[in-house]
Amino acid sequence: MHELSIVAGLFETLEAQARENRAARITGVTLKIGRLSGVVPELLESAFDMYKKGTIAEAAKLTVDVVPLRVRCRACGTERGVESYVLLCAACASPDLEILEGTEMILERIELESDDP
Amino acid sequence: MPTKDVIVLADLLGTNKKIAADIRAELERRGILAVNLLSSPGAGKTSLLEQIAVRLRDTAKMAVIEGDIETERDAERIRAKGVPAWQITTGGACHLEAKMIARVLPEVPPESEFLFIENVGNLVCPASYELGERLRFVLLSTPEGDDKPKKYPKAFTTSDVMVLTKADLLPYLPFDIEKVKAEALELNPRLKIFVTSAVTGQGLDGLIAFLAGERRDLAARHA
Repeated sequence: MHELSIVAGLFETLEAQARENRAARITGVTLKIGRLSGVVPELLESAFDMYKKGTIAEAAKLTVDVVPLRVRCRACGTERGVESYVLLCAACASPDLEILEGTEMILERIELESDDP
Repeated sequence: MPTKDVIVLADLLGTNKKIAADIRAELERRGILAVNLLSSPGAGKTSLLEQIAVRLRDTAKMAVIEGDIETERDAERIRAKGVPAWQITTGGACHLEAKMIARVLPEVPPESEFLFIENVGNLVCPASYELGERLRFVLLSTPEGDDKPKKYPKAFTTSDVMVLTKADLLPYLPFDIEKVKAEALELNPRLKIFVTSAVTGQGLDGLIAFLAGERRDLAARHA
């Protein structure tokens, strides 16, 4: 349950982005969370809602896009999506796989509002 | 009201990764081999470190950073073996972060050859946080059961070494050591495995030899 520390770090980035863009409010936040990133999207959402009160993102809507795991076999080059952590190439059974995506935790996009015309 | 979309693409663990990379570079420059130890509570991280301390103290200088939610107990056990130790109490947090290590680092004696970081006992969250270590150890004790690698995969896929502890209890437990090795290697074919007991000393000489070899490689690279 380290989602709250991750959200605390996220808010530092959000505050910095709002300052940089002279925004009054953040209205939307989109995260890309790999299926094997080690965090649970539902818990991130709860932590976000708990943390946002009294911040510049108080009214922000959080969207979490879950990224499935994709691997590439270093032996035969086959790329595919996988469902479990047991990683053997489906084409040649080699265990030598490179993880292409599915372990990331990324702040992808924010929507900002400013009061200036 | 003017609105704007900004594409940020920032890693949520980016700050931690950056601090960890700085720590790794500094430790390697100083020739210190850093090991991050992960396991559930009670798997025997501190007992293993006590045994490593006893075996290394005549030949090498080591230091230990202990992470726990509360108490100085683990650091006191390590200091009792004549090894400098710092206790980080997280006050509730379930894992250590690189910034906590960065605060202690200036106190680690410059002549140290090994720095062991004992993470908070937890097989889940510590796996997501690099601390600047060169090697990550995951410990699994025989009473925990042989089904753990597949249940807590990230700790095993991100580690370099699996240390099976409390091997002296194997005669009394339904723990299939070949099964646990095979399942851990399915998750991570690069995992090195040591079977140990802090009570009988089983496997510890092999582990010490491995650590010494890794330290020699590090020193040679930065000579």
